[in-house]
Amino acid sequence: MISLSFLYILVGLILLWTAILTLLNKEQPRRFASASFWGCYALVFLIGDYLPHEVVGLMVVLLALLAGFGALSSAVPKMLAPEQLQQSLTRIGKKIFLPALLIPFITVFGVLVLGLIGNDNWRLLDPKNLTLVSLGLACVVAFIAACWLTRESPAQGGIEAKRLLEAMGWAVLLPQLLATLGLLFNNAGVGQAVAVLTETYLAVDHKLIAVATYAIAMALFTMIMGNAFAAFPVITAGIGIPVLIMQHGANPAVMAAIGMFCGYCGTLMTPMAANFNMVPAALLELKDQHAVIKAQTPTAVILLICNIFLLYFLAF
Amino acid sequence: MDLVNLWPLLGIGVVMLGFLLKFNPVLVVLVAGIITGLAALMPIREILAQLGEGFLKTRTLPVILLLPLAVIGLAERHGLKQQAQNFIKNLKGATVGRLLTVYLAARESTAALGLTSLGGHPQMVRPLLAPMAEALAEQRWPSIPERIREKVKAMAAATDNIGLFFGEDIFVAFGAIVLMHTFLRESGIETNPLHIALWGIPTALCAFAIHAYRLRQMDQMLRRLQAQAASVEVNSTTSAASPATKSGDQA
Repeated sequence: MISLSFLYILVGLILLWTAILTLLNKEQPRRFASASFWGCYALVFLIGDYLPHEVVGLMVVLLALLAGFGALSSAVPKMLAPEQLQQSLTRIGKKIFLPALLIPFITVFGVLVLGLIGNDNWRLLDPKNLTLVSLGLACVVAFIAACWLTRESPAQGGIEAKRLLEAMGWAVLLPQLLATLGLLFNNAGVGQAVAVLTETYLAVDHKLIAVATYAIAMALFTMIMGNAFAAFPVITAGIGIPVLIMQHGANPAVMAAIGMFCGYCGTLMTPMAANFNMVPAALLELKDQHAVIKAQTPTAVILLICNIFLLYFLAF
Repeated sequence: MDLVNLWPLLGIGVVMLGFLLKFNPVLVVLVAGIITGLAALMPIREILAQLGEGFLKTRTLPVILLLPLAVIGLAERHGLKQQAQNFIKNLKGATVGRLLTVYLAARESTAALGLTSLGGHPQMVRPLLAPMAEALAEQRWPSIPERIREKVKAMAAATDNIGLFFGEDIFVAFGAIVLMHTFLRESGIETNPLHIALWGIPTALCAFAIHAYRLRQMDQMLRRLQAQAASVEVNSTTSAASPATKSGDQA
C-alpha cells in the first residue's frame, strides 16, 4: 500500500538534496546555517518517527530559531541563457503546460479510480489519506514527464526545487509550526478558557444581536486560531447551542453551515492561516507579506455581513 | 463547577501582539507555544514533547507545498511562464477581472464537487494564474507600476482561496461537514449532513457574487489609474516645455 510514509520520504529527500547543494555551494552566503536548517528539516521527515518526541521538539526549536533569525539564504539562480530558453520555447512550445496540468488531473484520477483498487485487506492507495497520496503519486509522474519533456536530469529538478524553496524562505516552516501551536493550544486548554469567557460574558437576548455575536465570534476566533475547524466546536458550544439553538430555536443545520462559513471569512483575514495567506505571498515573491490578506479582506468583510443576514433569515 | 485555568490565553495575546508589532512570524509562534505551555504548568520537557509530537502529526501540510516544486521549477526553467502569458494575451477581450472571474467560477464549482486539488498556490497560482493576470494587466498598461502589479498578483492568490473555501464546504463528504455533524451529534443534536451541505449554498453564491463584483471593480480601477498616470505624464511633459503654465497653475 502506498501510504503517507512514502510521501514523507519523498519530501525528506527533496530537503536533504537542498541541504547538500547548499553545503557544496561555496558562493552561497551563510551556507552552513542554511544547510543545517534544510538538513534538520529533512531528518524530521526521514527519521522523525523513530526519535523521541522531546528530541523532535528540540529540532523544532532549532528550526524556528534558524528560520526566525534570518539564517536562510538563497543562491543566485542559474537560469537558462536567452538563446537556450528561446530554443526550448520553440521546441517544447505549449507542451510545457503538460507537467503542470498532470498534477491536478492525476490527483483526481487517483482519488476517483486508483482509490478503488484493492480489497478489504489490501489497498493500492491508503484510503485514509487518499487525496494526499494521490497528489504524491501525481507529482512523481509529472516529475518524470517534466524531465523527459525538458531533457533535464532529475538532479536539475532538485536544483529548481531548491530555488523555489529559497524564494519562500521562512514561510516554508510557518504552516506546520502554526498547526503545531494549534495542537498545543488544545492541550493547554485554550479552547475551554475561551468557552468559559464567551459563556460568561456573551449572554445575549436579542435574536439579531445573538446571530451577529455568533457570526463575528466565529470569524474572530478563527482569526486567532488560524483555522475554522478549531473555532467551530468552541464557539458553537459557547454561543451557538446555548443561545441560538436552545434559546431562540435556530435550525442546527443552517447554523452550522453558515457558522462555519463565518469562520472561513476569518481565515481570509489572518496571518495565522499561513498556508493560504502568507505562503502564497512568499511564493509569488511579493514585497508585502500581507498583500494576499489585504486583497481578501473586503470580500471577507462583506461576506461576513451577508452571512449574518442569511443566518438571521434562514435559520428561524 | 471546575475552575478553568485562564492563563493559557496569554499565548493568544503573544500571537496577536507579535503579529501587530511585525516580529518574524516563526519566532512569534515559537514564543507563543512555549508561553502557552508554561502557563498551563507544563514542564519544559513536556512542552518539547508536545511540540515534537504536534510537528510530526502536521507533516502533511508541507507535503502539499513541497512535492510539486520540482515539477513547477523545471517547467518554469523552460518557459512555462512565457507560454502562459502568450496564451492569455492572444485571447480576445481577456482582462484581469474576467480571467479571475472565470477561474473563480471553475475553482468554486470543482471544489463543490470534491475536486479540491484542481488548483492551489504552488501548482496553479504561481506558475499559471498569477503570470497570466500579470500579462493581461501589462498588455493594457505597459508601464504598470510595481505596486499595482503586486496587487494584481495578490488578487490571483486571493481568488484561488475564495473559490476553494466557499466551494469545498458544500461538498457533502468534505471534512468540515463531517466535523460539524459529529460535533452536533456529540452535543445531542441530530442533523442530516446533506442539509448542512445544502444550507451552505446561499453563502457560496454570495461569495461568488461579491468577489466577482470586486474583480470587475479591479478592472475599472486599473483603467482609471492608467488614465490618471497617462494624464500626469502628459501634464508633466507640457509643463516641462512651458514653465509659465506651471507657475500659473500654482498661483
